[in-house]
Amino acid sequence: MANEKKEKIIELIGIKREFEDGTVAVDNVDLYVRKGEFITFLGPSGCGKTTTLRMIAGFDKPTEGKILLNGEDISNLPPNMRPINTVFQRYALFPHLNVYDNIAFGLKLKKQKVTYQDENGNEIVKIEKLSKGEIAQKVEKALKMVDLEGFEKRSVATLSGGQQQRVAIARAIVNEPKILLLDEPLGALDLKMRKDMQLELKEMHRKLGITFIYVTHDQEEALTMSDTIVVMKDGVIQQIGTPTDIYNEPKNSFVADFIGESNIFSGTMVGDKKVRFIGYNFDCVDEFEKNEKVDVVVRPEDIFLMDADKGQVKGKIISSIFKGVHYEMVMLVGKTEVVIQDTVERKVGEEVSIIIKPNDIHIMSKEFTSNKYLGYITKKNTVVFGDGEFECDVTQLYPNSFLDDEGYLITAEGEKIDLTDVDVNVEVGLKDIEISDDQEKGGAIGNIISIIYKGDHYQLIVRTDENEEDYVFDTEYTWNVNDRVSIIIPKEKIKLTLKQEIKK
Amino acid sequence: MIKKFFARGWVFLVLAFIYIPIFILIVYSFNNGKTIGVWEQFSFKWYGKLGEIKDVVLNTVLLAVISATIATILGTLGAIGLYYSKGKFGKVVNGASQIPVVNSEVVTACALVMLFMIIGAEHRSLFGLYVGHIVLTAPFVVLSVIPKLKQMDSSLYEAALDLGATPTQALFKVVLPEILPGVFTGFMLAVTLSLDDYIITATLAPLGYDTISTAVYKAIALTTEKASEQVPIYRALTTVIFIITLSVVVISNVRAQKIAKRKGVK
Repeated sequence: MANEKKEKIIELIGIKREFEDGTVAVDNVDLYVRKGEFITFLGPSGCGKTTTLRMIAGFDKPTEGKILLNGEDISNLPPNMRPINTVFQRYALFPHLNVYDNIAFGLKLKKQKVTYQDENGNEIVKIEKLSKGEIAQKVEKALKMVDLEGFEKRSVATLSGGQQQRVAIARAIVNEPKILLLDEPLGALDLKMRKDMQLELKEMHRKLGITFIYVTHDQEEALTMSDTIVVMKDGVIQQIGTPTDIYNEPKNSFVADFIGESNIFSGTMVGDKKVRFIGYNFDCVDEFEKNEKVDVVVRPEDIFLMDADKGQVKGKIISSIFKGVHYEMVMLVGKTEVVIQDTVERKVGEEVSIIIKPNDIHIMSKEFTSNKYLGYITKKNTVVFGDGEFECDVTQLYPNSFLDDEGYLITAEGEKIDLTDVDVNVEVGLKDIEISDDQEKGGAIGNIISIIYKGDHYQLIVRTDENEEDYVFDTEYTWNVNDRVSIIIPKEKIKLTLKQEIKK
Repeated sequence: MIKKFFARGWVFLVLAFIYIPIFILIVYSFNNGKTIGVWEQFSFKWYGKLGEIKDVVLNTVLLAVISATIATILGTLGAIGLYYSKGKFGKVVNGASQIPVVNSEVVTACALVMLFMIIGAEHRSLFGLYVGHIVLTAPFVVLSVIPKLKQMDSSLYEAALDLGATPTQALFKVVLPEILPGVFTGFMLAVTLSLDDYIITATLAPLGYDTISTAVYKAIALTTEKASEQVPIYRALTTVIFIITLSVVVISNVRAQKIAKRKGVK
């Protein structure tokens, strides 16, 4: 891209913004923007994108870190001294001024150096305000830019939302800022107008050639308009990249989920460029360690629907919704739902199969901190998960509850609950699993499929036969791959939570 | 039908209680005699004597306008400061600024007397009187400006800074025009309160310095022969004030209607 050669116009170094009440809105943000770039901060509300923009504008000061403009530190420069203008979310037009005076507001305050020559030919530099003629000319040009010629005398209160938006843009660009900041400027417009304005803004960016920094929570807007997208979450940058990069190669499951619709599966690498999820070994293009736990992202439009037996994985359609251009269908594979978009509808209940191409499988490393399973409670108040049955403490499902003589759970309120067949989420820590050669001793049986030495301990993965459930845990003892072992988990280490509230 | 009759009758009764006394006063201001209830002859005699109390009127108007102007400036700045002050300190100051509004005037007056005595100043002085009226009215200005600030889009101030205005320029060019209706209401409120005030004026005014309220009181209490002579003149003054007030109300209502009509056409 041409931008790559251009210099950095603004640079954020280690920016942190902590509010008085202790909440950290922006944390450790490092970022630079190149001259002439259209960059978008994208994220859900409360992700710190607006705070970051406010710090660039000067309305907020970073608690830590520096903001450089053309290499100069501007962290402590007040907003009126920065060559940066903002288009505000709710326009912030001055209601007591008409369109012309709103746009001329910045120009009337502006002072510029003018060089004169006196009779002796010496140069005299004077600081002067812009003349009325100059101001009128610039305002006219700005109004033309936003297609509002002839609106000079109108009161801003009589303008429609879209027209107010244009005045707000004109008011900012008329000052010829180095950087234009746009804080969700299209948020208050209706869909059709928003689409039109997106294209117009993009065109304006091309014509003006200044740097645009845009803030939005609308991923589609970001993808349409930007050269670069910065995805943020909880005050931290998740990924910086071009729209194509962000869409096709999301760095983590958050980005994948936020940008467009996606299926996110947990998978395991089973070989060189081979990943296993929804019960099939798919070829892929990303290289990861064998047996590494990964998140797999597949876009719904990248899944090909075939007749049963023709594809890689078989399943059954459980829902189908018409979405205008395509149908959005959900296929059930085992217990996993796969969202598919296709122009050809498959009826609910139909047996189908799917094909996913290696290029469309996006793999991201997973932060693995505990084993998570879906399970259910038995009549004996044990829990079944991961192809095994384990003793557990069911009273943790309800605070201050206890079991009566017949095995019913009595809650703190004195209610009697039968837990048989109740679905639960099961969580087991990496340090809470032991294995034994004695296959009668544990709750589940499997083979060791991976042993990774982690400095002072080994990380093992045991996989069961039936549903290929994995148990990941740390141990100090040496084992061999392919040893057949049983899984032992102490009763108190099995953490249970209700999948959903039971009807009483 | 009967219900309607009673409803109307009730409204009429209420209005009668408000306006009949004023009406009687106006009628007797044109009476040649001194006593209400004894009609002697139609005359403009008391209007001719209005000049006798011109000092009192001037004192009152000057006091009202000057103290209200100062109170409006202080109150507006105070309101802006309060609105932007954050945290615990802001809350405390905000609460404290509203106490004078609900506080009894007698307390304010006595407190001021004590303050002047403590700092060793003469407690009856023109300066003290003005201070008293400003203390009385400024909180009402704050009270009428704060809602306007709350209504204002908070990004307007930031927008002004963003476009290159210094904080002072932003205040005068953007914030002030936005809250001007509140400032004006506050000023009018301050003028009215000051015009009406008796307790603070009676407590703090220099001896022999009278405003309309203290003068009327003295006249009615018949403290001196001269004062009793002046009672009918105040009837004439009341009539004049009433007519001025009435015309102001009528004119402003007509103007408001015209503006509403013009906006309606658009």
